[in-house]
Amino acid sequence: MAGVRLQSLRRRFGDVVALDGIDLDIASGEFVSFLGPSGCGKTTALRLIAGFDRPTSGRVFVGDKDITGVAPNKRDIGMVFQAYSLFPNMTSVRNVEFGLRVRRQGRGDRRTRALELLELVGLGHAADRYPHQLSGGMQQRVALARALAIEPRLLLLDEPLSALDAKVRVQLREEIRRIQTRLGITTIYVTHDQEEALSISDRVAVLSQGQIEQIGTPAEIYGAPATPFVAEFVGTMNRIESTVADPDNGRVDYEGSSLAVDAARGRQRGERVLVLVRPETVQVEAAASSENGLTGEVVSQTFLGSVTRLRVLAGPAEWTADLSAERAAALPIGAQVSLHFPPSSAKLLTLEGGAAEGLEAAAADSVE
Amino acid sequence: METGRTRRRLPLAYLGVLPFFLYATAFLFWPAAKVMFGAFQDDAGGLTLDHVQKLFDEPYRTAFKNSIEVSLVTAGLGAVFGLLLAYAAIREGTPRFVRAGLTTFSGVAANFAGIPLAAAFIATLGTIGVVTQFMTEQLGFNPYDHGFSVFSKTGIEIVYLYFQIPLMILVIAPAIDGLRREWREAASSLGASSWQFWRHVGIPIMTPSILSAFVLLFGNSFSAYATAYGLTGGSVGLVPITIGFYLSGNVLDDPHLGQALAFGMLVVLALMMLLYIPLQRRASRWSR
Amino acid sequence: MTPRRFIAPSAVLWLLLGAAYFLIPLIATLIFSLRSNQTGTCCTLENYGTIIHDPQFLKTIKTSFILSLETIFLTLVLLVPTVYWVHLKLPRLRSVIGFMALVPFVIPPIILVVGLLDVYKGTPTWFYAEPYGFLVAAYVILAFPYMYFSLDTGFRSIDVHTLTEASQSLGAHWTTTLVRVILPNIKSAALAGSFLTLAIVMGEFTIASLAVFDTFPIYIQYINQNKAYPAASVTLLAFAITWAAMVALLAAGRGRAPAAQGAR
Repeated sequence: MAGVRLQSLRRRFGDVVALDGIDLDIASGEFVSFLGPSGCGKTTALRLIAGFDRPTSGRVFVGDKDITGVAPNKRDIGMVFQAYSLFPNMTSVRNVEFGLRVRRQGRGDRRTRALELLELVGLGHAADRYPHQLSGGMQQRVALARALAIEPRLLLLDEPLSALDAKVRVQLREEIRRIQTRLGITTIYVTHDQEEALSISDRVAVLSQGQIEQIGTPAEIYGAPATPFVAEFVGTMNRIESTVADPDNGRVDYEGSSLAVDAARGRQRGERVLVLVRPETVQVEAAASSENGLTGEVVSQTFLGSVTRLRVLAGPAEWTADLSAERAAALPIGAQVSLHFPPSSAKLLTLEGGAAEGLEAAAADSVE
Repeated sequence: METGRTRRRLPLAYLGVLPFFLYATAFLFWPAAKVMFGAFQDDAGGLTLDHVQKLFDEPYRTAFKNSIEVSLVTAGLGAVFGLLLAYAAIREGTPRFVRAGLTTFSGVAANFAGIPLAAAFIATLGTIGVVTQFMTEQLGFNPYDHGFSVFSKTGIEIVYLYFQIPLMILVIAPAIDGLRREWREAASSLGASSWQFWRHVGIPIMTPSILSAFVLLFGNSFSAYATAYGLTGGSVGLVPITIGFYLSGNVLDDPHLGQALAFGMLVVLALMMLLYIPLQRRASRWSR
Repeated sequence: MTPRRFIAPSAVLWLLLGAAYFLIPLIATLIFSLRSNQTGTCCTLENYGTIIHDPQFLKTIKTSFILSLETIFLTLVLLVPTVYWVHLKLPRLRSVIGFMALVPFVIPPIILVVGLLDVYKGTPTWFYAEPYGFLVAAYVILAFPYMYFSLDTGFRSIDVHTLTEASQSLGAHWTTTLVRVILPNIKSAALAGSFLTLAIVMGEFTIASLAVFDTFPIYIQYINQNKAYPAASVTLLAFAITWAAMVALLAAGRGRAPAAQGAR
C-alpha cells in the first residue's frame, strides 16, 4: 500500500485552466474525497493520477515513485468509472479476472480470486451473468471487484454512484467504505455529492475552479469552512454580512442589531465580515427579545422529513433555520419571531472584494 | 355494433398499401418465383432435376468456384482493410475532416462500380495503363511479363475491392463508434496493452458487426455483373457472367439453364446465411 | 491510453495507403483521358471532344436522365402513400415492408432480369419502347429499398398522427392532406431517396444491357470496348455525375449517404 503525493499539478486546455497547481499529500490507507461542482477539476485531477491525461506541469508520486510519465497500464492503479466500464462481452467473473489474465495468472488461481472478490461485494451468485443482465448497482460492484482483483496500490473512483438511485447510492457507499477499511487500500473518491463525501471519507478536499479551497476532516469542512465557497457548497449556511462592532466583547453589528459572536474577538473594529451560522443552530421563538436576538417574520416552511426548514426575513436577509416538525408547527407563515444562536457556534470570514463572487458561484453549484 | 364496425374497418385500411404490394408482386416476387420454379421445369412442363445437375459440370462448376473464391477474397480483404481504414479515420487524434471526407468518398466509391470502374482500372493497370507503364519504365518491372493481368480473376479481385472497402467503411463505422472509451480506459487501468485490449475486448465486441458486414460484402461481390463484364468482357468464368451469356444469346442451348444458374446463386447465398446464423449467435451471446 | 493530441502514426499509414489505392486509379484515368490517339502520350483534350460531340453521348445521357426522373416519380408515387399509410394505420406492417426492402439484395439485378424477361416476354411493344416502361418498372424495384429507408426515417421524425388529424379537422380530404401537409414535411427524406435513385439509375448496366436497351452506361461500355482513351474521358464524366449526385444528396438530405449499389 502506498501514499500519494501531488506536486504543483497543473493542467491547461488551450486557454482554459482546469487545474491550477494542486499540492496534496495522501497517507497510505487513507480515504480522501475530491468534492466540488462540475468543472472544478476533480475529475481532471483523478485522470492525471490514473494516467489517462498528462499534466501541463507538476508531478504525481505514488509511494516514492514519480509516476508522472508512466503509461496508465503500468501504474498498478485500480479504477472504477462512473458507468459502462464493464466489458459487455464478458461475464462478471471474467470481467473481474481480466486484470489477472493480463498478468498471466493461471486459470484456476484467477477464477478462485475472482470469485472471492465477487463474494466480497455480495455478488458471488451472479458470477456468470453478463453486464446487461445486471442492475446499475450490481454493475458498479463488479467494477469495484475488478479493480481490487489486481491488488492495486491505489484505488480511484470517479463518481461511481452518480448514475444510481438514491437508495442504492447510500447502501453502496457504505459498502465501499467498509471494503476499503478492511483492505486498507489508499483511496481517492471523486464526487459532487457533499453528503457522500462527508459520510465516508477520512479527509475531504473541496475543489473549485482548479484549486483546493480546503482540505480537512469532514467535521472540519462542515463545521469550520475556510472560505466562503466551502461554506456555501457544503451544507446550507446562513451567511450574514455584518460589521465588527466590539472586538473586545465579541459583538458584530447587523443592520442596527447587535449580535454576539465569539469569533469577532481580536478582529478590527469596523471590519466587514461574513457571519456563518448553520441552520440547525439557529433558535426561533415566537415573540421578540433575547440578548442575541433579531426579530423577523416567517416567510416559508419546507418539510424535509427529519426537520422542517423555516425561512425568516430578518433585516435585509432571509435566515434559514431547521426545527423539529412540532416546533415549526407553532410558527406558521407570517408569524413574528425572534432568532438567536449560540455566540460560539458562528464562524467569521473576512469579506473581501472577490468573496461575493465566490458566494454566488458556490450558491449556484451547492448540492443540498 | 361496435365490434362489427371495427372489424370491417381493418381490411379497408390495407387497401391503402395494396398498390405497392401488387407492384412488388408483379415485378419482384413473381419474376423471382418464375426463375426458381423454372430451374426445375423441363420443356414439357414437368419437373426435373436435370438443369440443376448440370451445374456440377463444366463450365458451370468453375464459374461457381471462381465466384465463391472471388467473393470470399474480396469480402475478407474488404472487411480487413475497411475496418483498418475506418478505425484510422475515427480514432482519437485523427482530425474530424478525415472522417467526413472518408465517409463522403465511400458513398461515391461504393456507387462508382460498374463499367466506369472497369475502365478506370484498365487505364491504371491495363497493358498500356499508367501504372503499368510507370512500373515498366521507372522500376524496370513489367507485371505483364510476370504473369499478371488485370483482365484475370486477380484483376477482378483488385477492382472489386474498390467498392467493397468503402461499403465496409460505411457499415462498420457505427460499430466503431459504439466502442466506449470507458472500456479502453478500464482495460488500460487493469494493465492491458493496446493489443490485449483489442484481442480480449475490442474485437469480440465488434465481431457480430464484422460478421454481418462480411456476409453483406460476400453477397455484394457474388452478384456483381457489370464491373466484371466491363473488365474482362466475360472471359473470366463467373456465375453472373454465365447467366448474362444465356440472356444475350451466347452459347447456352437450354433456357432453363440460366434459371438453374440463378437458382444456384440463391443456394450459395442461402448457404452463406446458414453458416452465418450460428456464428452470429455465438458471437453475440453476451448481448442476448 | 493517454488521449492523443495528434494523429496516430499507424493511422497515418493506413490513411495514406487508402488514399493511394483510391486516388491513383482516378489520376490514371485522368492521364489516360488526356492521351492523344495518335501518339499515345499526353496531353490533349481531343478525347473529351470526341465524347461530347458524339450524338450518342447526349442521347444516352438524356435517356438515362429521363429514366431516372420516371423512376423517381413512380417510386415516390408508390412509396410515399404506402409508407404514410403504414405509419398512420398499419404499424405492424412496418417490419413486413422492412423485410421486403431487403429482398432486392437477395434477388440482385442479374437474377431479376432473368425473371422479368421471362415473365414479360409477351408484352406489347410499347412496354419496351420509349420511354422504356420495362426499365422503369425494374428500376423502381432497385430503388425501392433506398427510397423506403429514406422515407421511413423521414416519417419517423414527424408526428404523422397529429398532422393528419389537424388537417382533417380543418376539412381537408386525404389527397389534400397527403400533398399539402405530409409531403412538404418529408421533403428532405424524399429528396435524399431521389438522389440515391438518380445515382442508381444513371449507373445501372446489368438490366439495361441484358434486356437490350440503350442507356448511358451502355454507351460507356461501347466506348470502353472500342476506344481506349475516350473511355477514360467518359469514365471521368460519369464519375463527376456521381459526385454531383452525392453532393446534392448531402446538401438536401440528412447528411448521411448510405452505400447505393448501381451497376456492379
